[in-house]
Amino acid sequence: MVPLDHVIGLSAILFTIGTIGVVTRRNVIVILMSIELMLNAVNLAFVGFNRMSASAGGQVDGHIFVLMVITVAAAEVAVGLGIVISMFRNRDSINVEDVSLLKW
Amino acid sequence: MGFFDQYLLTILTFLPLGTALGLFGSGALALAMGRSGLPPALWRAVGLSSAGLNFLLSLRLFAAFDPTVTGMQMVEYGAWIPEYGINYYVGVDGISLLLVLLTTFLMPIVLLSSWTDISRSIKSYIFFMLFLETGMIGTFVALNVFQFYVFWEVMLIPMYFIIGIWGGPRRIYAAVKFFLFTMVGSLLMLVAILVIYYLSLEQTGTLNFDLLAPPWSEVPALLDTVIPVEGVWWQTQYWLFAAFALAFAIKVPMVPLHTWLPDAHVEAPTAGSVVLAGVLLKMGTYGFLRFALPLFPVAAIDLTPWFLGLSVTGIIYGSLVAMIQADIKKLVAYSSVAHLGFVMLGIFALNVQGMNGAVLQMVNHGLSTGALFLLVGMLYERRHTRLIENFGGVARPMPVFACFFGIVTMSSIGLPMLNGFVGEFLILLGTFLVYPGWAALATSGVVLAAAYMLWMFRRVMFGPVDIEENRKLIDLNPRERLVLVAIVIPIIWIGVYPEPFLRRIEPSVSQLVEDVRSRAEDQAAIALVGADVLEERP
Amino acid sequence: MVNQQTELLRWIPLLPLIAAAVHGVMIGLMRRSAPRWVVIALSCGSVLLSFALSCVAFVELTALPAESRFLVDTLYTWIGAGIGETRLAADLAFRLDPLSAVMILVVTGVGSLIHLYSIGYMDDDHREDKGFQRFFCFLNLFTFSMLMLVLGDNLALMFVGWEGVGLCSYLLIGFWYSDRFNAYCGSKAFIVNRIGDFGFLIGIFLLFRAFVEAGVPATLSFSEIERSFDAIRELTLAAPFWGPEWRLVNVVGLCFFVGACGKSAQIPLYVWLPDAMAGPTPVSALIHAATMVTAGVYMVCRLSFLYADAELASAVVAWTGALTALFAASIAITQTDIKKVLAYSTVSQLGYMFLAAGCGGYTGAMFHLVTHAFFKALLFLGAGSVILAMHHEQDIEKMGGLWRRIRQTGVVFLVGVIAIAGVPPFSGFFSKDEILVAAFTAHVPGHLWLYGIGLATAAITSFYMFRLFFKTFLGECRAPAHVRDRVHEPSNWVVKPLWALALLSLIGGMIGIPQVYGDSLHVESSHSLNNFLSPLFPAGAAHHLSHSTEVQMALAAVGMAALGWLVAWFLYLRRPELPARMAHSLGGLYRMLLNKYWIDEVYDALIVRPLVRFSDVMLFRVVDAGAIDGIAVNGTARGIRALADHGLKYLQSGLAQGYVFLMIVGTVAILGYLLR
Repeated sequence: MVPLDHVIGLSAILFTIGTIGVVTRRNVIVILMSIELMLNAVNLAFVGFNRMSASAGGQVDGHIFVLMVITVAAAEVAVGLGIVISMFRNRDSINVEDVSLLKW
Repeated sequence: MGFFDQYLLTILTFLPLGTALGLFGSGALALAMGRSGLPPALWRAVGLSSAGLNFLLSLRLFAAFDPTVTGMQMVEYGAWIPEYGINYYVGVDGISLLLVLLTTFLMPIVLLSSWTDISRSIKSYIFFMLFLETGMIGTFVALNVFQFYVFWEVMLIPMYFIIGIWGGPRRIYAAVKFFLFTMVGSLLMLVAILVIYYLSLEQTGTLNFDLLAPPWSEVPALLDTVIPVEGVWWQTQYWLFAAFALAFAIKVPMVPLHTWLPDAHVEAPTAGSVVLAGVLLKMGTYGFLRFALPLFPVAAIDLTPWFLGLSVTGIIYGSLVAMIQADIKKLVAYSSVAHLGFVMLGIFALNVQGMNGAVLQMVNHGLSTGALFLLVGMLYERRHTRLIENFGGVARPMPVFACFFGIVTMSSIGLPMLNGFVGEFLILLGTFLVYPGWAALATSGVVLAAAYMLWMFRRVMFGPVDIEENRKLIDLNPRERLVLVAIVIPIIWIGVYPEPFLRRIEPSVSQLVEDVRSRAEDQAAIALVGADVLEERP
Repeated sequence: MVNQQTELLRWIPLLPLIAAAVHGVMIGLMRRSAPRWVVIALSCGSVLLSFALSCVAFVELTALPAESRFLVDTLYTWIGAGIGETRLAADLAFRLDPLSAVMILVVTGVGSLIHLYSIGYMDDDHREDKGFQRFFCFLNLFTFSMLMLVLGDNLALMFVGWEGVGLCSYLLIGFWYSDRFNAYCGSKAFIVNRIGDFGFLIGIFLLFRAFVEAGVPATLSFSEIERSFDAIRELTLAAPFWGPEWRLVNVVGLCFFVGACGKSAQIPLYVWLPDAMAGPTPVSALIHAATMVTAGVYMVCRLSFLYADAELASAVVAWTGALTALFAASIAITQTDIKKVLAYSTVSQLGYMFLAAGCGGYTGAMFHLVTHAFFKALLFLGAGSVILAMHHEQDIEKMGGLWRRIRQTGVVFLVGVIAIAGVPPFSGFFSKDEILVAAFTAHVPGHLWLYGIGLATAAITSFYMFRLFFKTFLGECRAPAHVRDRVHEPSNWVVKPLWALALLSLIGGMIGIPQVYGDSLHVESSHSLNNFLSPLFPAGAAHHLSHSTEVQMALAAVGMAALGWLVAWFLYLRRPELPARMAHSLGGLYRMLLNKYWIDEVYDALIVRPLVRFSDVMLFRVVDAGAIDGIAVNGTARGIRALADHGLKYLQSGLAQGYVFLMIVGTVAILGYLLR
């Protein structure tokens, strides 16, 4: 049995890496990948918790939530890539600093 | 007639807005059917008729008012959002009766006087004017605090537009200043309202925004909650009173919160100025009478010397600054500050004569200052300038105008046998009975008023006609004469025979004075504060 | 007391009011001017009718027994507020008692004569600002206001008339408004009057409050104030910051006297009266000689019960009156405008009236009021006649030798001059004599000095009046030739009323011959005016005079008049070159008198200019526009804008990542707070 701490620890590390990626990277696609990483880290945490409390009797709420998150992630990637394409068509760049028009 | 009387106040309040919406709807319908909408002339005519009809209805209100009964009359009550204690609750007493009458009286006059003044976006103008009338009457008759606040804020919107669209060169600045200034005060008042609401909930267990209990109900209302004099600072009477007073003092306007007024008046179109001076300025003093004094009597009595000082400052400061103005409209604006200083003085005298005079003077100020703005507007229409130096000897080409201007000037400075004197005399006498020093200082305002008005009158009306354009001025046309005669009639009537008006004000005013004193005593007894202040009063 | 109600009194002021209103409506509605006869009939008719009614009322009054000699006419409650003992009820009610009866007779009688005179005088169709009907409208309005003042049953109604006459004075002084100076004089009159009104109002308030404090029903009605007077006579008042306690009645008396100073042109508020001469001459005669300026004297007499008890106030009244009399007379001796001389003379004679009133001689004051109305109106109207004859020339240096050319005017003018100088048996002698007796026998501190000032002023009065007469009518005509040849007597409308006034000036004194002479002539109750009025006034505790002292005083007064005449005759007829030499050698003194002690300039520099400058610079620019608007209002707006501009806006970087970062920081913070 993998201890819960390890699972949550891994999840936290992945989440942090994902967050830093979102905040730091300039390439939009890398940002999208980092967001995916964050989402998957959360999935991991869900599964870990579910596994831990599964012994209390047949509940699969965590797993169901994971499925929802995967679905949402897929939809979000579709929309996000659409935005990336639109951005590239207008600005010829996928550098996130080039689309900061909505500022002071 | 029974139906009419039963819902008279509601009809009075919503008829103008209803007319405006009806016109709007008909116009939209006409557009949808392929025509080009309603012509502006139709809007003007219907708007004027609606305002006139409203005035006739208010005469019915005046006739139906029983002067021997104290308390609210013509009460109407309807649940609006009862879970939160927000109800539709209207009624008039002696104080609001005359103010409603003033509003409905001035509206047709204003619409008639701006017949040729406004030339673009006439439909919007009529819409906003009617909307404004609804807001004003609604504020005067509202007895549920939430409803009052709604109407109070609602009034700002059409006024902002009227100043901002049809005003003078600096109209945007003036409109924004007016709006923001008033709103800041109102927001603090809203916070105070919520605190009282919360206190009422604590003490009675029900959520209730009604100011006073309706005649058939035993549910305790806001006036019955005991607002502590000491305790948590933001729950005490003093701070709550200050919050309310701030909102109302900005509206009055009291010095030093008055600087929005000269700008708003100067930049507003003539009709806007008349309505602003005639009715909107009364909201502040009305608010003191209806809300601030009854809800926080101990604070009001304790802080009286401050308010007297500010009032007297307003009178003298307003008069002195008015004296050196170069723009006639600004001069009249500052004179309003001085006049309303008198009204505030009368209110804080807290006796029957003073308050009676104050309420009457509210009406008087509306009439005479409204008339002054109308007259200035007539001059402006002809010469497109308001600077005194551009005039001189105007009495020569415009003698009828000079005559009306003279009568209104004399009314403004309180000549006996005209309306201004009755109000000022009662106020000064009432105040003198309790605070002779302040009253004596305020009486000097009488001399200053004569000084600045007559100086202006002389420079504009008398002397040789030096400037060529002034020679070709055309005297008043019949429409303008009608408007001025309509205003001068009550000016003379109130001056010569004020009994019918005083008789109706008095029961409510004496009830208010009684109320404030006795409740202050009760509350002070509870809190052991301010009792010695109360003992000195005659 | 038996209460005599009558419906008659209301018509006395109402008729001129109706006439004024009709005039006003006619001017407003009619395109062309109304025909002259209509204006004359309406205006003069109403005043004459008023006079007739006044006579009827007077007769009715005299029919009543002396103890309850009054008539009351109540219309309705004008201002009523409050309940119980503090109730203010100012009724629209009129009261006719001997005092007001005398006044209404003077006002309507002399007023009618002046109305008739104006028909001939107001021929000003060549002016830009002409207004024959407008003039009569204002005259009627004035008559109404003055009648309200004297017939009013309470202080509030008296104040109505008080301000009303101020208004009409403003309208009539600045009547020819195309001239900027006239408008200025009108404004000056109104504003200085208003300063006096301030005092009047404070007096009313103090009185009302005193009643409230004393616990008696508060009232403003004269009869009730008199009845309840005992309750307040012992009350005292202390000024807020410094010590001594004053008796309330003294303070009230002083406050009302301030009002009287404004209305009746005493020191220090007399400055409007000489400038009021800018108005048409009938206005000067009616308002500034016979009626409006006497309102102050009437008021003091009306409140005689108060002044008799207020020693300090009465002393102030007497001394102010005396000093004003002397002061104004001294200015009059150098003036060269015929109307200005008469104006200062009026100020001086009003001083006499106040001197008498302050010394307790209320009947003397009223007597002089009546005789002064006669001869001063006569003098003013005569001066108007001279001005018309000289084609609007008012400088006496350019007159002279008119006795030959306009004999009628000259004769009546001479009658007026002799009357004012105080030569028996003309009316002025008797009234002045009564004033001097009152001063001599009064209890006012320094009353012998007052008597001395009165006597000296009599001499000066005689001097400058005869100087006026000599320079205007006698000697060589100094006018330019084209004027000299066209000098002629003005129309009958102008001249005939003068004869009536001259007659009154001559025999008017008969109503007040001191009883001493009456006894020697075996005429009973010759001191009729005194007998008529004295039941109203508090019995004077004056020293009693012996018969011989009275005769001596009369001789002294006549001697003074003769002295004045003698000096004038010497300086202006015998040795006409002397005055110029004296003026030259007494340069400074002469200039000071000629420039009226520069009081107007002093007021301007000390009060008017500083006030305007203070308001402009300090109040408007510094405080209003600078501090309140600039710093507080616009400053706040600018501050918030600066905050946003230099600080807050940089938060909106446009980078999504920045926002994400802030979100994370915020989330961590909240979680940290919740989970601690």
